[in-house]
Amino acid sequence: MTETITTRLLILGGGPGGYVAAIRAGQLGIDTVLVEGDRLGGTCLIRGCIPSKALIHVASKFEGMAEAAHGAKDGISLSAAPVLDMAKTVAWKETVVDKLNSGVTALLKRAKTRVVAGWGRFSDAKTCHVETKDGPVVIKAEHVILAAGSIATALPHIPFGGDVISSTEALALSELPKRLAVIGAGYIGLELGSAFRKFGCEVTVVEAQDRILPLYDDALTKPVKAWLDKAGVTLHLSAKATGWDKGELVVDKGGETLRIPADKLLVTVGRRPRTEGWGLQEMGVDMDGAFVRVNDKMQTSMSGVYAIGDLVGEPMLEHKAAAQAHVAVEVIAGQNRRFDPATIAAVCFTEPEIVSAGLLPKEAEAAGHDPVSAIFPFQANGRALSMEAGDTGGFVRVVARKSDHRVVGLQAVGAHVSELSGEFAMSIEMGARLEDFAGTIHVHPTLSEAVHEAALRALGHAIHI
Amino acid sequence: MGRFVFKLPDLGEGTAEAEIVAWHVKIGDMVAEDAPLVDMLTDKATVEMTSPVAGKVIEIAGAPGEMAAVGGAIAVFEVEGSGNAADEASPKAQPKPVAEVVQAPPPVVEKAEAPPPAPQPTPPRQPVETVAHAIPDRAPGEKPLASPAVRRRAEDLGVKLGHVAGTGPAGRITHEDLDAFIAGARSGPAASAPTLARRTAVEEVKVIGMRRAIARQMQESKRRIPHFAYVEEVDMTELEDLRVHLNATKRADQPKLTMLPFMMRALVRVLPAYPQINARFDDEAGVVHRYAGVHIGIATQTSNGLIVPVVRHAETLDVWAAAAEVARVAEIARSGKGSKDDLSGSTITLTSLGPLGGIATTPVINHPEVAIIGPNKIVDRPVVRHGQIAVRKMMNLSSSFDHRVVDGYDAAEFIQRVKAMLEHPATLFMD
Repeated sequence: MTETITTRLLILGGGPGGYVAAIRAGQLGIDTVLVEGDRLGGTCLIRGCIPSKALIHVASKFEGMAEAAHGAKDGISLSAAPVLDMAKTVAWKETVVDKLNSGVTALLKRAKTRVVAGWGRFSDAKTCHVETKDGPVVIKAEHVILAAGSIATALPHIPFGGDVISSTEALALSELPKRLAVIGAGYIGLELGSAFRKFGCEVTVVEAQDRILPLYDDALTKPVKAWLDKAGVTLHLSAKATGWDKGELVVDKGGETLRIPADKLLVTVGRRPRTEGWGLQEMGVDMDGAFVRVNDKMQTSMSGVYAIGDLVGEPMLEHKAAAQAHVAVEVIAGQNRRFDPATIAAVCFTEPEIVSAGLLPKEAEAAGHDPVSAIFPFQANGRALSMEAGDTGGFVRVVARKSDHRVVGLQAVGAHVSELSGEFAMSIEMGARLEDFAGTIHVHPTLSEAVHEAALRALGHAIHI
Repeated sequence: MGRFVFKLPDLGEGTAEAEIVAWHVKIGDMVAEDAPLVDMLTDKATVEMTSPVAGKVIEIAGAPGEMAAVGGAIAVFEVEGSGNAADEASPKAQPKPVAEVVQAPPPVVEKAEAPPPAPQPTPPRQPVETVAHAIPDRAPGEKPLASPAVRRRAEDLGVKLGHVAGTGPAGRITHEDLDAFIAGARSGPAASAPTLARRTAVEEVKVIGMRRAIARQMQESKRRIPHFAYVEEVDMTELEDLRVHLNATKRADQPKLTMLPFMMRALVRVLPAYPQINARFDDEAGVVHRYAGVHIGIATQTSNGLIVPVVRHAETLDVWAAAAEVARVAEIARSGKGSKDDLSGSTITLTSLGPLGGIATTPVINHPEVAIIGPNKIVDRPVVRHGQIAVRKMMNLSSSFDHRVVDGYDAAEFIQRVKAMLEHPATLFMD
C-alpha cells in the first residue's frame, strides 16, 4: 500500500542545506517533509568537514607525541614512540559524527519536520516517490527545495574501487596505509594528505597544475608548501596521473613517466553536483552547466522549485548551503529575500591553516579597487610564539581600497587562523574600513591582534613591526 | 545605444502608488545622471526623483495628477551602452505610454484642475517637503555597501539599495540613510482639525497634492479611531507667573518661554504612569507599541498646510531645551527642510493654536498615535476661590483619545494629573 503525503514543503536531502531549511521552515510554521536516504547531516557532517577535522585533530596530537618521543624542545619527552590504533581513531571519530547526527535528528524533531528515510525520486516537479523500509511513499508538495549535494569526482581512467578511494573512504580506513598517493593538491587532498603524513604514512601528492591550492595566492600557500617540504610529503606539480597499475600510480611529469608505489590512492580532484539518480530530469528545471540554475531567490526555472547548496554552484561549502537554505525558505514564506552575500569566507585545514574572505590583492586589483594590502607576520605575535606557531611563515593580510580604506579582503595563514574567519566575514559584510579595525581593541594575547596590526600597518602605523 | 527603463522604486512602507506632481523633463531632453526628473507624491510627502542615468528621455509615463504604480516604468531613456531594457519589462506593456502625456505643461496643471474658490490667488501648491534622492555616487554595477541588517531591512521594505545614497564611511548605507530614503513617505503626518468647524461639505474641488495627503491622513485617523474628547479647565495663574518671571530673568542666549515647554514637561512627568497613552497603535497587526521615550509631535501650521514635526525624547529636555527644540522643529517644518527624524515617529501630539486657541477643541488623533492634547487659550476669568470671586488665568485643556486602547477613566485621570502639575508648577520640577 503506497502512502501518499501532501505537504506544503518538501526538501530533498538532509545535509546542511536541507536540514537547515527544514528547521527554518519549522520556525516559520511551514508544514515540511524532508527526504534523506542516508544518515542526517549530509556530506559535511557524515563524511566531510567534521570527520576530517576529527582525523586532523588526532593526527596533530599524534605528531606532537611522536615529536616528544624524540625529546621536544618544549620539555616534554616520551620514553617510547606513540602507537596509533587507527580502528579506534575511526571509532572515536564516529562518536563525534554520531553526536552531531543525533543532534540534527533532535533539532528536526523539535522543528516538527517529518523525515522520510529513503532515497527520493521525482516523477514530476512536485511529486517525489520514496522507497522506505515500510513501503513506498509518494509525497506531493506545493514547494520543493532541492538540496541533493555533491559527490566526489572520479577520474575516468582511474575509477574508484579497491585501493582507489575518495575522501569518504579515506576517513573510514581501519588501518593506516604505509604509503598513500594523493591525486589533487586542492584543499581536500592536502588536508587529508597532511594528516596521514602526521600519522607517519609516506605521502606523495600529484597535482596537474603547477601549484598547490589554486584558489589562494602564492603568499598564502607558501607556508603550507614549506610545511609539506619539511614534513617530507613528496609533491609532484605539473604532473598528470595517467593510470593505476597494480599498486603503482603512473604519472606523466613533463614527458617523464613516474611510477609511484602506494597502498592506497586517494583521488581528490573535486566534487560535482549530485544531479543524477533522483529524477531531476523529470522536473523541467534549467541547468547551468553541471549545476541547477537558480536566481538570487534560489528559485529554479520551475515555479515552486528551489535549489540550494552544492547543487547550484561553487563554492561548495556548508555555510553557503545553510545561508541559501534560509533564503529559500523565507522566500517560500512570502518574505522578500535575496542571496547576496558580500563574501563567503573559506578555510583550509592544512598545516598551517588558511582562511580567506573577500578578495585577494590581485583580485581586488582586477576588480578595479586600487587596493593597498598589508601583512602582519605571526612571528611578531606573542600568542603565536607562545604556542609554537610563530615560525611557520604565517601572517594576516588585509586588503583595502586606497580611496576610502574600505576593507575588501582579509586572509591569514597560520595555526588556528580558521577561527579568525568570523571577524573577517563580519567586517566585510559590515563594510568595515581600516579605521574600524584600528579602532577596535583586539584582545591580548590572541592571534587576532595580528588582524589589528595588519590594518594599522596598512594605515602606516603598525606598532609591533 | 541601449534603452534604460526607470521603474518607480518603492518609496516607503507599503506604498503601492504615487502621484506624479511635476515633470522636470520632456521627451527628447538630454538629462544628466542625478538631474531632477520628476516629483512624485506619496501619502505624505513629495519626493524628487532624479535621473538614474545620463541619456535622452524617449518615453515618460503619466501626466501630473495621475498615479503611477511602484515598480512600473515611469521613464525610458536612450543611453550609451546596452541599457537595462533587455531584462526589464517592456515599457510598451506599461500602462501609460506617453505620447499624449508630454503635451501637458506640468506647472499649470494643478491650478487648472483645482481652481481654488478663495478670492485672492493662492500660492501654487508647492510640495511641503522635497526630499531629493540623489542617486548615490557609485560606479555602475557596483554593489551598494550596507551591513546585513540594513540589507535585510531594505528587503523587507522592498527598497532596492542601489537607489539609496550612502552617507556612512566609504559610502556605506546606514539605517539612517534608508530612513531618509523612505522619509518621503513619512514626512509630516497631518494631525488635527485646526478649527472648530468640521469640514462637512464636499465641494467640487479636486483634492490633489499635499491636500490629498492631509485629507487621506485625516480620513484614516477619523475612520479608524473611535475618538473621545475630554476637556478640563486648568488654573494657569501660578504657571503664568513663573513663565513671566523666567522670561524676565533669562539669559540672553536662552529662548523665550511659551506655555508649550511647561506643557511638555507635564506630559513627560505624567506619561510614565500611563504607558497606554504614550503609544502607537498598529491596528492592522493588533499591536500597541508603548514607548518609554516621549516623542512629542508639535502640530504646526505652515504656508503649505499642517505639519507635525517631532521633538524627540522630550523627557531629556528641560524647559529651555524644549523651547529651543520646539522653535527648531517648527522652523524646519515651515522651511520644508525636515529630515525623517524631525517629521515622524511622534508618540503623542500637542496641538496648540496659541491665541486662536478657542475654548475647546476636539483634536483629531495623529494616527497611529492614541492621544492628542490641545491646550486652548488662556483667559482671565472670574472664579470662585476660597469662597471669594477671584480673577484667575484660566485655560481649557482639550484632548482626544483612541477609545479602543485608552479607557475613559484612565484618560480622565491622566488629564487630572497633568492639570495638577500645571496648577502647582513646582511639582513639574520635583522628583
